[in-house]
Amino acid sequence: MNFYIKSFLIFSRIGLFTIGGGYAMVPLIEADLVDKRKWISREDFLDLMALSQTVPGIFAVNIAIFIGYKLRGFWGAFWMALGTILPSFVIMLLIALFFRQLQHLDTVERIFKGIRPAVVALIAAPTFKMAKSARISRYNIWIPIVSALLIWLLGFSPIYVIILSGLGGYLYGRYEKRLHSKTKEE
Amino acid sequence: MILFLQLFYTFFKIGLFGFGGGYAMLSMIQGEVVTRYGWLTSSEFTDIIALSQMTPGPIGINSATYVGYTAIVNAGYSHAVGILGSAVATMSVVLPSFILMIVISRFFLKYQKHPAIEAVFRGLRPGVVGLLAAAALVLMNGENFGTDIRQAIISSVLFIGVFIASYRYKVNPILLIIICGILGYLLY
Repeated sequence: MNFYIKSFLIFSRIGLFTIGGGYAMVPLIEADLVDKRKWISREDFLDLMALSQTVPGIFAVNIAIFIGYKLRGFWGAFWMALGTILPSFVIMLLIALFFRQLQHLDTVERIFKGIRPAVVALIAAPTFKMAKSARISRYNIWIPIVSALLIWLLGFSPIYVIILSGLGGYLYGRYEKRLHSKTKEE
Repeated sequence: MILFLQLFYTFFKIGLFGFGGGYAMLSMIQGEVVTRYGWLTSSEFTDIIALSQMTPGPIGINSATYVGYTAIVNAGYSHAVGILGSAVATMSVVLPSFILMIVISRFFLKYQKHPAIEAVFRGLRPGVVGLLAAAALVLMNGENFGTDIRQAIISSVLFIGVFIASYRYKVNPILLIIICGILGYLLY
């Protein structure tokens, strides 16, 4: 079978059967491409994983793009990414077509009245998990607090918060470096 | 036509600045799609997150697809044009990843450990935590928790229960959504 068709099918199968976002896909991709087909070495896979996490964008799509690009250049990336995207695109489109008619039904409205606070809790919980892995301490805890308040109370766009915090990190890094070289000189 | 350009611009921006995974991206999608353009109401947005949790695929793709369709159809166009809208939004959110790959993949592996890049991420990571906290805070509103006392109390109890079950006991999110759906049906 043609390499591109095969890559498309592998990634669409993985995309179709993983519920719960990008990180759930990683072990499946590893089992298929690294262990079973040996298309890519484990070292390269881990490097590409790290890279996919560093660059912005959708994690699962980034993995597909970077693996595809490494194996076959642009078209490899294109078909693997399309495979990852297509199943969720089709399913979500069907939901958009039908849910909009159903959502005003009394039964559906009652069910979702119960679900909505659950969803908010499911977003609040990883905040604390992420705070741990981001190594939030009493020195930098003001950053998430100020960012959250800017967005919540003042209606700041989260995009500005991303730009500002990245820029702030960069400037602080330079300041630290200068401080470091000064103490060395003395 | 303007609407298509807005969809393209919005989702391209979300893809380009979407650091920190699906939930952090949610905060951005909410900021642009609900707060800025009003393409979806707050409760509609929450419903999509619930549906995304229960269906396969990344949440970024799911919301781009849904929002693209809904924004176009709400503006009075047909289903076919709506499908085109969801294709445009979905394509726009992944386009930055393609561009970045072509531009940087060759250099980036080498410079990933560069002090300047690490410094940027030392600022970004706490910022992303703030984004996530904001997403939860913004959604704690009357549309999602109810405006009458009875619904507000039930909602708060469900919120606390799900938070503890998820954070402390790592209960599967899909199971929690199903349970709360059943409870909602029985209680309201």
